[in-house]
Amino acid sequence: MSVLIDSNSRVLIQGITGREGSFHTGQMRAFGTNIVAGVSPGKGGTDQDGVPIYDTVADAVAATGADVSGIFVPPAFAADAIMESAAAGIELTVCITELIPVHDMIRAREFVIRSGHQLLGANCPGIVTPDQCKVGIIPNHINTPGPVGIVGRSGTLTYEVIQGLGQAGMGQTTSVGIGGDPVMGLSFPDVLRRFADDPETRAVVLIGEIGGSDEENAATWIRDTGFDKPVVAFISGRTAPPGKRMGHAGAIISGNTGSAQSKIDALLAAGAEIADTIEDVVRLTAVSLGKHSG
Amino acid sequence: MKLLEYQAKHRFAAAGISVPPGRLARTPEEAAAAARELGRVAVKAQVPIGGRGKAGGIAVVDTPEEAQREAARILAMDIRGYPVRSVWCETGLSIDAELYLGITLDRDRRRLVIIFSAAGGMEIEQVAVEAPERIAKLWPDPFAGPQPYEIRQLAFAGLAHASELRDRGPKLVSTLVGLTTRLYAVATSLDALTCEINPLVLTPDGMLVAADGKLEIDENAEYRHRDIAEELARDETGEDGRSGEDPFEVEARKRGLTYVHLDGDIGCIGNGAGLTMNTLDLVKQHGGEPANFLDIGGGANAERVRDALEMVLLDPKVRGVFINIFGGITRGDEVARGIIAARDQLHITKPLVVRMTGTMEEEGRRLLEAAGIVPAKTATEAAATIVALTREGSS
Repeated sequence: MSVLIDSNSRVLIQGITGREGSFHTGQMRAFGTNIVAGVSPGKGGTDQDGVPIYDTVADAVAATGADVSGIFVPPAFAADAIMESAAAGIELTVCITELIPVHDMIRAREFVIRSGHQLLGANCPGIVTPDQCKVGIIPNHINTPGPVGIVGRSGTLTYEVIQGLGQAGMGQTTSVGIGGDPVMGLSFPDVLRRFADDPETRAVVLIGEIGGSDEENAATWIRDTGFDKPVVAFISGRTAPPGKRMGHAGAIISGNTGSAQSKIDALLAAGAEIADTIEDVVRLTAVSLGKHSG
Repeated sequence: MKLLEYQAKHRFAAAGISVPPGRLARTPEEAAAAARELGRVAVKAQVPIGGRGKAGGIAVVDTPEEAQREAARILAMDIRGYPVRSVWCETGLSIDAELYLGITLDRDRRRLVIIFSAAGGMEIEQVAVEAPERIAKLWPDPFAGPQPYEIRQLAFAGLAHASELRDRGPKLVSTLVGLTTRLYAVATSLDALTCEINPLVLTPDGMLVAADGKLEIDENAEYRHRDIAEELARDETGEDGRSGEDPFEVEARKRGLTYVHLDGDIGCIGNGAGLTMNTLDLVKQHGGEPANFLDIGGGANAERVRDALEMVLLDPKVRGVFINIFGGITRGDEVARGIIAARDQLHITKPLVVRMTGTMEEEGRRLLEAAGIVPAKTATEAAATIVALTREGSS
């Protein structure tokens, strides 16, 4: 089992002919993702290494039955690409592009919600269900199937956790990167809810960072719903000074909100285990899997 | 990008929002001329930061001589690191009440929020703590924008605890509908993250006038607002003109690097904000002190890596650099080429510890090893190594 994507997912890539789009399409195909189409306006009718290219997402969906899209277009065009994807009926749109203007994302997110579909990102590393499907830029070789669900804001830290767990013999049902922007699609609770419904996910690792209150909201959700799978949480930016934006548009401690301590306190109160290092994540996850199965 | 008061007010005025007549003065003589023309004026320091009144950066003057004297005083000031390069000389207002109207991003709702309060003149965060019932909020539909009925609801809610304004109510609410619609248009057309009028002055004749203006524009949308970016750069009046600002951060911005200067001596470079923050956390956990945060971002090429390394080493306090790369969209071979180019071109002799894994890691590691740089196996090991190496150097 898995959440959001599996071996039946039919994936199209918006921006397939760009530098990142073409490179990572190759990586995704090497992973085994069923890439059925690419979209690049003006290049319809051509192909990229055998993947047929269409001018519009609607054309690609009509011809191939694609139901998941990965977006690699430049930031100025990304919100439009997200809306085009949702309007064409794509069930899950995964937007990798970073540096998208906030006002664009507010509208694009709203558009996808109204279409009844799902948006992951933007500014996210994507999603991977090991041995089945990968959409995005998470490195191929670190993923192994297993009982752990991973959800993280930071891309590269999510890779660290996937690799750390994998090296210790703990694979994943699905790893989901929700992205580091202040306005994004699926949030921690949206992903946790899916892990709750997935019987094969036996423990969850949540990777948060300073800024905003998404981790606190996740903690509230865990308490309110009685989420009963073990949660190991890791928060980066403990040593970050307030008022300084640490890379991610969303990673800034402002006033009383957004500090690592506030997130750690909220997650602890919700019953999560707090890891201080990646090695700790691995150790605590191993323990919680043992507990849970025993 | 933060605009100065006068720059924000120019944009408010262009959108049909009332602002007091005013003139910009860069010299005491220009301030005197403005006072001759306008009469009694407030001379206001133009700095992109709040609290200038308390700092003595605002003076109300009756004569041109007084204007000249006060402008000379204010133009010599430095307000919390920002040198005052100009003053805005503005006609005083007859004030019946000071209100608040602002638009900002609500991260939890992932929408813009319009905030209205009859308790203007102080920081809205302070009102939120001391008198939350006096704050009204509206989260407009991002496609439709705020509708008049919603703004009326907002206005009535914000005035509900302002008994002193009860008899002004109906006219005030209808004025607010037009004003809020215009301010929202300013916020959306300029990609504002903050668009605020505080205080919003209610005059005896029922006008609402923007007595101050705050506009902060989303840097991701800078490509749509080149005119503003150029105006800020030309004037050196915006954030970039801040004398108190860290010179390394100014330099990094010129180079287009995401860099935060810190107090320690271990340079830190990572890819991805979370991983870079964790790199700093790891250095601290091993007893070291990070000199900076530098996120090369996603998809960095060799040139960018070289730039990043050069940037970090500009800080003479840096005794060694920890480069922590987990390749996703970033490729190990590109990073390795950048590191090697930097070391060779810049003749770097300080310790470099590289931890590299992910996309194209074998190729990256092979290139590094061939160039005599031994990559660390894990981030934890790399943190321990760089802390040890930089301590050795200091003993």
